[in-house]
Amino acid sequence: MYFNGRGEAVSRARWKEMYQAFLNRQELIKAGLTSRRDLLRMGLLGGAGMLIAKNGLSSWGGGNCRYGSTGCGTCASPPTTPWTLPMPIPPVKQAIPVSSLTGPAPSINPNTAINPATSLPYEGRTRAHQAPALGFPFPAGVVYQVTQQQSQVRVSNELPMQNLWTFDGVSPGPTYVAHYGTPVLVRNINNLPVSNGGFGLNSVSTHLHNSHTPSESDGFPCDFFAAGQYYDQYYPNALAGFNSTHVATHGDINESLSTLWYHDHRENFTSQNVYKGLLGFYLLFNQFDTGDETTGFRLPSFPNYDIPMAFADRCFDAQTGMMVFDTFNTDGILGDKFLVNGVIQPVLHVSPRRYRFRWLNTGPSRFLQVYLTDLTSPSTPQPFYQISNDGNLLPHPVQVPAVAMGVAERSDVIIDFSQYAGKTLYLENRLDQPNGQGGPTGSVVAGGQGFLMLKIIVDGPVVADNSINPATLPAYYALPSVSATPRLQRSFNFDQTRDGQWTINGRLFSCASPRFTIQQNSLEEWAFDGGFGWSHPIHVHFEEFQITQGAPGLYGSSSDDPSNYSRWGSQYCWSGCSGGSSGVNVSRKDTVRVIPRGNVKMRMRFRDWLGRYPMHCHNVIHEDHAMMLRFDVATTGDMNTRP
Amino acid sequence: MPEPLRRNLFAALGLVPRTFAPPDSGREVMRKRYFPNVPLVTHEGRPVRFYDDLLKDRIVVLNLMYADCTTLCPMITANLVKAQKILASRVTQEVSFVSLTIKPLDDTPEKLRAYASMHHATTNWLFVTGQPGNLELLRQKLGYADANPDKDRKDRALHSGMVRYGNEPLSQWSSIQGSADPEWIAEEITYVMPTGAVRRTTVR
Repeated sequence: MYFNGRGEAVSRARWKEMYQAFLNRQELIKAGLTSRRDLLRMGLLGGAGMLIAKNGLSSWGGGNCRYGSTGCGTCASPPTTPWTLPMPIPPVKQAIPVSSLTGPAPSINPNTAINPATSLPYEGRTRAHQAPALGFPFPAGVVYQVTQQQSQVRVSNELPMQNLWTFDGVSPGPTYVAHYGTPVLVRNINNLPVSNGGFGLNSVSTHLHNSHTPSESDGFPCDFFAAGQYYDQYYPNALAGFNSTHVATHGDINESLSTLWYHDHRENFTSQNVYKGLLGFYLLFNQFDTGDETTGFRLPSFPNYDIPMAFADRCFDAQTGMMVFDTFNTDGILGDKFLVNGVIQPVLHVSPRRYRFRWLNTGPSRFLQVYLTDLTSPSTPQPFYQISNDGNLLPHPVQVPAVAMGVAERSDVIIDFSQYAGKTLYLENRLDQPNGQGGPTGSVVAGGQGFLMLKIIVDGPVVADNSINPATLPAYYALPSVSATPRLQRSFNFDQTRDGQWTINGRLFSCASPRFTIQQNSLEEWAFDGGFGWSHPIHVHFEEFQITQGAPGLYGSSSDDPSNYSRWGSQYCWSGCSGGSSGVNVSRKDTVRVIPRGNVKMRMRFRDWLGRYPMHCHNVIHEDHAMMLRFDVATTGDMNTRP
Repeated sequence: MPEPLRRNLFAALGLVPRTFAPPDSGREVMRKRYFPNVPLVTHEGRPVRFYDDLLKDRIVVLNLMYADCTTLCPMITANLVKAQKILASRVTQEVSFVSLTIKPLDDTPEKLRAYASMHHATTNWLFVTGQPGNLELLRQKLGYADANPDKDRKDRALHSGMVRYGNEPLSQWSSIQGSADPEWIAEEITYVMPTGAVRRTTVR
């Protein structure tokens, strides 16, 4: 049997055609043929100057990335049979006694003593922990040790074991289960090899994405540490506002976070290192979001009915079957294989009851719009409830036909499988994105015609469901007010120079000095505007923002998807969205899709901690190549409105 | 039928277990994917091979240029010259600079020699020309061709601001921005050097 990337059987002739198209394109590249005369000679150029539609001839014209066949841009992975491996669920990270840590005891100041075994300082950290001075216990009451190491990982039964870079031997790495009010210390050991199989740098900086973390533990791109070193990261797990606006209540409960993730953020090598496997989940619970469906907001219980899912697309070498990275592509990298929690097109068995899925788009570059599809009736909308837009809960659940996610965006959703007992469903990405340039076209393909990422079989035993039905619209957290007058408005333009360098306000990234300084505890308004023709998922470290204008909604239009549009029309605003936020965009966020010619306004406060943080495009290819800036939070800020 | 295709077709039919070629070392992965060993000519008039003579066993900075360029390339060359000086004071490892012309028919070795001397790019720096097909192959392989063939035909320098750098034996490669501050360019080039070889500036 032959399969395309959606796991559909295709004819032998079609598969051969797909493979031959890939070889054709390689030949063309090998021959260096690009002049009009050469192409005419080869019979590849029509009279009107259009490239003759030959599948896969160019990553631009072929469009294979769009429909999920084998072969996509420069990528032509070997065929794999979908739905043969179960979807892995990363193990929960276990705490250890502080006395069991490898190496010297944790210290508030960085341990810069030279380790005789490596001739390097024991620790890669360069600044003292800020938390103890604010009354947090040191070392924290809960201590973890994690090791970054190369491990053999299975992504498919039909591909060789992959030499991935992992946390503790698995990718995604172990899931941290943290609680507000319980600070943790993570000793992060770099034991990665020099030998990289073609991509990856064994120098790392681990970022806890979306967290209200002191700068020295945030995983700033230039706070990297070498193989043989460790870095102690202190996560206070304190609500924003604890040392500023909400001292009496130890922070603002309405700033609670839930679904965070950690990933490598090593300057200039983030895309390679994350592609190679350095990522995982970090879940935060509190007295309302408890992980127990009989208490608090009564969300489906963790871990049985609360399941994190990391989406990724990857490319594998046609000859060796090993994961390959498109090192010299500075536009954006799309793969032709979809992975969920590290396995290509896996299967998940569920019981007929409500589940909370925590969806995360890990990139590197692809935008997603995820639908629940029943292939026996692919055009029938299968709505579900979205309860978060990035790492926190919405004011209340919102019923949606799909969820759109740029790289690093997250959505927690609640799907009630009791209505699907005995059925088989799929998570399907229907967003049309033909290649690594630009971004999504804005169209969605018909149900059943996109990339099928996960098969869900509702054949588990009937079990009790004590979670609250989201259709009753329970209230979660109110939005903190941002109606005060901002201290200033700063404007940022995301663009590219004529010779291909990614810029913010026409300038390039450097760690060496901040582009602007924010006055601690002040409210700021930022205006983002997108360049011509490209979509950029822009991420701000440290604090969450609220979008006051121009929030992007679902992709698609009435002509693409009339059945969805008529029902959810007001949410479809992926282009030229100029109004105030509605639906799932009435939320706090840490990443926003800035669409071509789009304008977004947002407001946020920078509280409690001091130091350096980045803001950047989370298409990690753009991030690595200068579409990033450093800002500092200090007791005195500047008034730079276009930094 | 090419061998890999035949193998995969049979495998897909379930006739034989699919076998894959053994994985290559990182440097072989990079060499096969990106570094054809084409013959070239340096600004000194010396014939060289791209992989054997310019990349193999080296830490290399690679960029595209042409001698008559009046806009972006002279600025990038000037930045790289400054970065090279900064590196000399900061690292113990030798760094080779290679500039590939995108106009090999215009850029004779003499013309490139004049360009090198005008920019004082004389140490550990080769400006390279050769057969147009070979230079074009390198432009494509090194990721400098735009994915949109129409745009690429109109301007073959659309991505030339991205300067490649890497440690060939360790297969550590990335891109830096040619318009960046030379201090920052130098700092980023040290990323592919062993820790002991670098006196690193501290980020404050």
